[in-house]
Amino acid sequence: MRSAFQEHLRELESELFNMGDMVITSINRSVSALKEQKLELAKQIRRDDSRINDKRWQIEEQCIHLIATQQPVATQLREIIAVLSIITDLERMGDYAAGIAKIVIKMGEEPPVKPLIDIPRMAEIATAMIKRSLDAYAGRDAENARLISADDDKVDELYHQLLRELISIMIENPRIITRCTYLMWTAHNLERIGDRVTNICERIIFLVTGELVENLDKPENQT
Amino acid sequence: MLQKISSGISEMSYFNSASAGESTGLKNKIPSDPLLRMETRDLTVKYGSVTGVKNITLPVYSNKVLALIGPSGCGKTTYLRALNRMHDLTRGAVVSGEVWLDGHNIYHSDMNPVIVRRRIGMVFQKPTPFPTMSIYDNVVAGLKLVGIRNKKLLNDVCERALRQAALFEEVKDRLKDPGASLSGGQQQRLSIARALAVDPEVLLMDEPTSSLDPQSTNRIEELIHTLKKQVTIVIVTHNMQQAARISDHTAFFYMGDLVETGPTQSIFTKPKESRTEEYITGRFG
Repeated sequence: MRSAFQEHLRELESELFNMGDMVITSINRSVSALKEQKLELAKQIRRDDSRINDKRWQIEEQCIHLIATQQPVATQLREIIAVLSIITDLERMGDYAAGIAKIVIKMGEEPPVKPLIDIPRMAEIATAMIKRSLDAYAGRDAENARLISADDDKVDELYHQLLRELISIMIENPRIITRCTYLMWTAHNLERIGDRVTNICERIIFLVTGELVENLDKPENQT
Repeated sequence: MLQKISSGISEMSYFNSASAGESTGLKNKIPSDPLLRMETRDLTVKYGSVTGVKNITLPVYSNKVLALIGPSGCGKTTYLRALNRMHDLTRGAVVSGEVWLDGHNIYHSDMNPVIVRRRIGMVFQKPTPFPTMSIYDNVVAGLKLVGIRNKKLLNDVCERALRQAALFEEVKDRLKDPGASLSGGQQQRLSIARALAVDPEVLLMDEPTSSLDPQSTNRIEELIHTLKKQVTIVIVTHNMQQAARISDHTAFFYMGDLVETGPTQSIFTKPKESRTEEYITGRFG
């Protein structure tokens, strides 16, 4: 009975990692579509987002089934609660990637108002954070979960730097404000992805220690 | 505390002699903590060379439900029975340590075990109606035993106890029927009514739903939830979900030791001890 439950929990974890891979792929492809102005790829990303949503509901159903049939307690209960929370964050990250794809479609053939340096860097850090957070989940590593969320500061820093730059460009040339907002929204979506990874890290700490930690993105909570 | 009936029971002394509690001073009386109904200190029970429970120090909070959990043979029933001196009746059983009830050590030589058991009632695993007695007589058996014959008083107590046990509406028209004519779940509530009739402060329950179907189990669980406003309850259960549902505090016993105790919410979400985690998640036991 209990070994069957353990098997279900392993399947659940495996599905969670699959969903994480899908989200990382979607973010990478959305930034690639932006850099290379691939409209067809952007449309495909938007269509594929429904697969991420479906995966989220499928995992949620698995969680509900396990709660109803196995009455989990202690670590097993925290594991299922953590998964329920993490899939919500991953699903939203998928939406952010789809949002970037939508911006790519809106931009059409128009080139970006500036060379894309900060945005790919933000995406690189954010996707690495997702991957590291899922590794921390797999290793039940609360210490690493705290460290990962510190990287969110780097994403925020790049975001604010880009905002300042875009505002300067808009002041100098109001005719390209619309095109500037495309990049602002893209950066905003990536900044939000960083925040969502912080949520995942908070859930990993909950899973390992049972403590509900808030505001992990604040430096005082990262040690 | 339950409103005292005017049966005279509540006025009965805990002690074998009227002044004994006072004369023994601190040995037998400590200032009672209003939050605590009972407390055991270094309680050990041995059966010959076998130790049932070892040095158990555990608080029992007033008007709360304490669940005792643990695998078979871990000592939880032994501990429960020590709480109302049931081991006095077990040949070869030796109890050491202290069991405090409202500031009195119930094992002190001055204490009257009969009165102790009236103050601390017990409900067993299987319903225990007296088979030849009517429902009515089952409920008031404890009162009749101490010589109470006042018909109106007995009627009042019977109705009050049956209502407390959520059984009155089902049996009010057949109080003269044999107790054994009731269903298993009703018989268990009858056993609870009988325990409540003598106005106890603490109710000990030893797996009270293990022989009942889910619906009857649910009735008993609801009853426990209602009763705790009036009495303090200590329950032994093998059903983890039941302990999680109905108790305020949980104590996990293993091989005669108290491994961990605390608020039920903490025990079932983030137990401190790995043995507790392993037991409640079904990895052993």
